[in-house]
Amino acid sequence: MEAFSCRCYQFNLLLVMLFVTADIISTVEFNHSGELLATGDKGGRVVIFQQELESKNQPQCRGEYNVYSTFQSHEPEFDYLKSLEIEEKINKIRWLPQKNAAQFLLSTNDKTIKLWKISERDKRPEGYNLKEEDGRYRDPTTVTTLRVPVFQPMDLMVEASPRRVFANAHTYHINSISVNSDCETYLSADDLRINLWNLEITDRSFNIVDIKPVNMEELTEVITAAEFHPNQCNTFVYSSSKGTIRLCDMRASALCDQHSKLFEEPEDPSNRSFFSEIISSISDVKFSHSGRYMMTRDYLSVKIWDLNMESRPVETYQVHEYLRSKLCSLYENDCIFDKFECCWNGNDSVVMTGSYNNFFRMFDRGYRQDVTLEASRESSKPRSVLKPRKVCTGGKRKKDEISVDSLDFNKKILHTAWHPQDNIIAVATTNNLYIFQDKL
Amino acid sequence: MFPKGTKRKFSDSGDEPAAGGEDVNQPSSVAVRMLSSYSLQRQSLLDMSLIKLQLCHMLVEPNLCRSVLIANTVRQIQEEMTQDGTWQIMTQALSAANAAAQCSADRLVATEVLCRQTEATQGEQVLKPFPAVGSEGCPAEEEVVVEGEGGVTMSTVSPQAPTSYLPGTFGMDPCWEEENGEDEEEDEDSEECGSGSEEGDSDRLVEDSRTAEQVFGTFEIKNPAPSPDPALEELFSDVDASYYDLDTVLTGMQSAPKMGPYDLLESLSSHGPSPLSSSTSCRSDLNELDHIMEIIVGS
Repeated sequence: MEAFSCRCYQFNLLLVMLFVTADIISTVEFNHSGELLATGDKGGRVVIFQQELESKNQPQCRGEYNVYSTFQSHEPEFDYLKSLEIEEKINKIRWLPQKNAAQFLLSTNDKTIKLWKISERDKRPEGYNLKEEDGRYRDPTTVTTLRVPVFQPMDLMVEASPRRVFANAHTYHINSISVNSDCETYLSADDLRINLWNLEITDRSFNIVDIKPVNMEELTEVITAAEFHPNQCNTFVYSSSKGTIRLCDMRASALCDQHSKLFEEPEDPSNRSFFSEIISSISDVKFSHSGRYMMTRDYLSVKIWDLNMESRPVETYQVHEYLRSKLCSLYENDCIFDKFECCWNGNDSVVMTGSYNNFFRMFDRGYRQDVTLEASRESSKPRSVLKPRKVCTGGKRKKDEISVDSLDFNKKILHTAWHPQDNIIAVATTNNLYIFQDKL
Repeated sequence: MFPKGTKRKFSDSGDEPAAGGEDVNQPSSVAVRMLSSYSLQRQSLLDMSLIKLQLCHMLVEPNLCRSVLIANTVRQIQEEMTQDGTWQIMTQALSAANAAAQCSADRLVATEVLCRQTEATQGEQVLKPFPAVGSEGCPAEEEVVVEGEGGVTMSTVSPQAPTSYLPGTFGMDPCWEEENGEDEEEDEDSEECGSGSEEGDSDRLVEDSRTAEQVFGTFEIKNPAPSPDPALEELFSDVDASYYDLDTVLTGMQSAPKMGPYDLLESLSSHGPSPLSSSTSCRSDLNELDHIMEIIVGS
């Protein structure tokens, strides 16, 4: 595709922040206002960034994010029964809609979900009668007058405290969590089951989907992702390793093993190979903000589905079709099992997903344009717009193009996030977090 | 699966494999070569998949989704090979080989126990399926065969091998052996053995998720080599998944293969459904095994 001869919608992105994390980033998520950006890593840590308020001096730097809070969410555990370690890696973070001054988020590893409260403290009480300022107790006999302690301003302190721990409900590895629009419940999905929780109750959850066969030898399909509908609190979807998406209505029955809708695209027989099933496995599913569409990511493509049409997607975008002829090698080195995520922009007009070689792709649904960009220090010069990249699939390689054989498959962008309102995106490479914003 | 005559594409092959049954009746040298090339590639994909299932990292619970996808791929290949008739050939070869050599009778050691043993000696011995390689005397010849519809078996077949590469039990069911007998019968009789494999089965898993992982094609190392060859150690210790490269173009992403893809295919083909060859040609067998080891482990 020609690089932007017709510039109706331009992706003019500037790098505004690059953060190097201590460990491999495993999840990235903006909160509902976009003011906060949370990342989880392989070491069980959560780092939250906060957007700087627009200052009069630098109105163009609205994308600037600074570290707001860092805390250890999960620790490695040992399952004594199975003699296996439970990784502390944070698989997903989901923010709750803000209700008061504090922020709440859910973070999960393979087995345990935790609700964290992040609150600010910028005042502290001073003037105690029985305590000195440094905390030592005063001798009561020295107290001759009484005073009322008052709050004095202090340096901002951000505290993260675990408010709930939802444990022991998943035999298999949790791959998704999703907060319901009712803000009271949320779902957690592992390879074979989906559970419904009440945010207040930690010792009980309802199992709403169970695809575990009676005979495990018959297991041929697992759950790969699940999400609640953004508006309808009774509706959720889950995707499978066979490329299907099931939409379920919780009003229909307590156990939603029977789907209300089954979304599946018939296979293209001309493309059939031994890898067909593997590349059809869906790695991520995301509803549009409107709730009318959902997007799925499989190994080679991004598909947009209309919830009213189950037979096939309404749009399909090829992320890196040039890999189709390399599937055997990608199977060999396990890259074919990489789970790429995808995301919508605020008004559902553009979708974004990652690829290899630190490339990420954006598809403009309206203007039918797409672009390949790179998140790397070399290509992100300060104050200059990101240049579109192109992969050369054969024949003569033009200048600035990169050939398929030169792609670095260790540099993969699995996690990306888009600000809910603005054109600010967060892109995670292995252990670098890039924040780009639209050039104003 | 596919009706005969449907064109199938094996992704990474430069050649388009010939349509199923038609060309067999009118052999042209090109068609025959393409067909055998397809079979070789399919066989190597099967080998690769079985090894992937074996190499589960037992410290952390392995990825169930990945295992399921690989197992499904193995099943697909199995079904296709059953329809082609290749499956029966391999099965018969294995049973002949097993009869000839005194293979270890204790195939039924619990998967869990064995994997734990593997785990204990993880860094060194997890990848030592061929203890006879590199040692003196007649090497064991390794075959990847599939035993009926039962577990996939990798057996070191050698009269002298003190260590035996335990056939993978796809299940911990103590009835496995008798069922195996039944399965072999089924293979010969039933036309629908391909679809039957969905049921009774190669992938008998137990409830426990971890065991499910193990059982997805685990090839237990029952008795690791007592005194490992240090060169061999080094070979095995560094697991590089890029052990071969079916598409020569993609050099950027992997280390350069030690040999070209066609060398590998040839060495595999000589190793394919051929029955146990006697140990008279020790040296060539050893070289062959070296080749295969390189493929599998990725030097």
